[in-house]
Amino acid sequence: MAYVAVKGGERAITNAHTWLGEVRRGDTSVPELSVAQIREQMSLAVDRVMAEGSCYDPDLAALAIKQARGDLPEAIFLLRAYRTTLPRFGATTPIETANMAVQRRVSAAFKDIPGGQVLGPTFDYTHRLLDFKLAAEGGHEVPPAQVSEEIMPTQLATIAQVFAHEGLLEGDPVTDTSEQPYDLTREPMAFPADRDQRLQALARGDEGFLLSLAYSSQRGWGSTHPLCGEIRMGEVSVGFTPDELGFEIELADLPMTECIMLSGFAGSAEQAPQYTRGYGLTFGHNERKAMSMSIVDRALRGRELGEEGQAPCQDEEFVLYHSDVVEASGFVQHLKLPHYVDFQADLQFLRRLRREFFDAKAKALAEQTAHMKEAAE
Amino acid sequence: MQVQTQSIQKLFAMTQSYTDEFVDNALAGSTARKGWLSTLAKAPASEVLKLWEDVVAPESQVLRPAETGMVMVRGRTGGAGNPFNLGEMTVTRCAIRLATGETGIGYVAGRDKTHAYVAAVADAMLQSSIWRDQVRDGLIEPLRQASHVRRDAISRKAKATQVEFFTMVRDRKA
Repeated sequence: MAYVAVKGGERAITNAHTWLGEVRRGDTSVPELSVAQIREQMSLAVDRVMAEGSCYDPDLAALAIKQARGDLPEAIFLLRAYRTTLPRFGATTPIETANMAVQRRVSAAFKDIPGGQVLGPTFDYTHRLLDFKLAAEGGHEVPPAQVSEEIMPTQLATIAQVFAHEGLLEGDPVTDTSEQPYDLTREPMAFPADRDQRLQALARGDEGFLLSLAYSSQRGWGSTHPLCGEIRMGEVSVGFTPDELGFEIELADLPMTECIMLSGFAGSAEQAPQYTRGYGLTFGHNERKAMSMSIVDRALRGRELGEEGQAPCQDEEFVLYHSDVVEASGFVQHLKLPHYVDFQADLQFLRRLRREFFDAKAKALAEQTAHMKEAAE
Repeated sequence: MQVQTQSIQKLFAMTQSYTDEFVDNALAGSTARKGWLSTLAKAPASEVLKLWEDVVAPESQVLRPAETGMVMVRGRTGGAGNPFNLGEMTVTRCAIRLATGETGIGYVAGRDKTHAYVAAVADAMLQSSIWRDQVRDGLIEPLRQASHVRRDAISRKAKATQVEFFTMVRDRKA
């Protein structure tokens, strides 16, 4: 019995929420943030909220961040709650990330990847020194980005395509066209989990949790010896076939980040050795998440690849049951809700235990004293 | 210079095929309709509504009022394999009919109901020889141009960040 209905406190709650609103606004002599400002200038926070909130809508994510005072797990919770109010129109055609309009694409494994190493708008190679120009009142001049005389190729070959003819990398054949992929928004978590279910859970999963798991794997707890085959970020066309039209239209060009992680060779008597791969994909620009996801995805393929591992990152129940930030945050934080009956019951029990303890002790002391008295006489 | 010529040729080819689409637009559900519906779906609501101000639209009957919902975006395992559910996106749809009988369907990304309604009316008008030119020239074509300009700029910014490697050649005589 964890919960008990507690009456009262309405006035306290109302006042607490009113105060929350005032605290959220902060010092009123400082101009209020608009949702558009958050969307445009806190765009990586918006991307994270959309990825883990599992709902692409930059305006809603920015609103959630404003409402949550910048607490991203709280904003993710708000977005998840909102999406439950909307009907589902259907599912898109599976996207083709090979056709991404690439803004950034790097391969740490293959220097000469066709199309080249394209850095895009990255924090990499910055010196991580605080830039006090950004703190200047009234803003500062932002130099415009350089534009090349050339445009990017409309299609950049993926690392998988580059090495496909030699069979050096495992393929990702389409083996399953009939069945609908597992949908965690409609079905509960179940085990053993197939890769579609795992990838959906990881795509919604908490970035910090996945980052730590990926880090633990790299440090030896279930290492998959990862090598970054490719990271790409850019807009991917999303196609959808509305029932009333019966043909596919493009709904949006959504920014996404994809990571293909190369990992330990696998081979057998029939199968020549080749790299295996882990896969990461997120809405928006989020390389830390996409890379972590790809390492954990690969680690979770142990069963399929005949690896016997006991490390946390290889245990699908451990990973998938604990990766969702809304569930984890909810379960940890529910402890602050009234548990008065638990505590009352515990107290009664504890008082009885202590009474018995002291009674027994007093009795033992009395017996000992009596014994000594006898011995003395 | 050669690159610029190529890109101008490409732009010309795009414009040409685009014109052809409208010329050949005999069938509903043709490539042309798919094209304009995609343009309307992807364009930012603000751009669509701004251009729509100058379009003279006929009376229309709403068959299904604008409604916001979700579409599940599917990725592919490994980038090209079996589908998996990545996450949802918000989508708004609307259906209308013109007095002349054309049915318009609007499906747009995001939650703007006016955007979906305008997309539906524009879809119906584009199916009618009376209204087609006005909507094509006043709405679809400017939206496509704006989208092309935006994508072109991003592409050139990306290209400017491409690494050029230098190989240090050791002088063996030294």
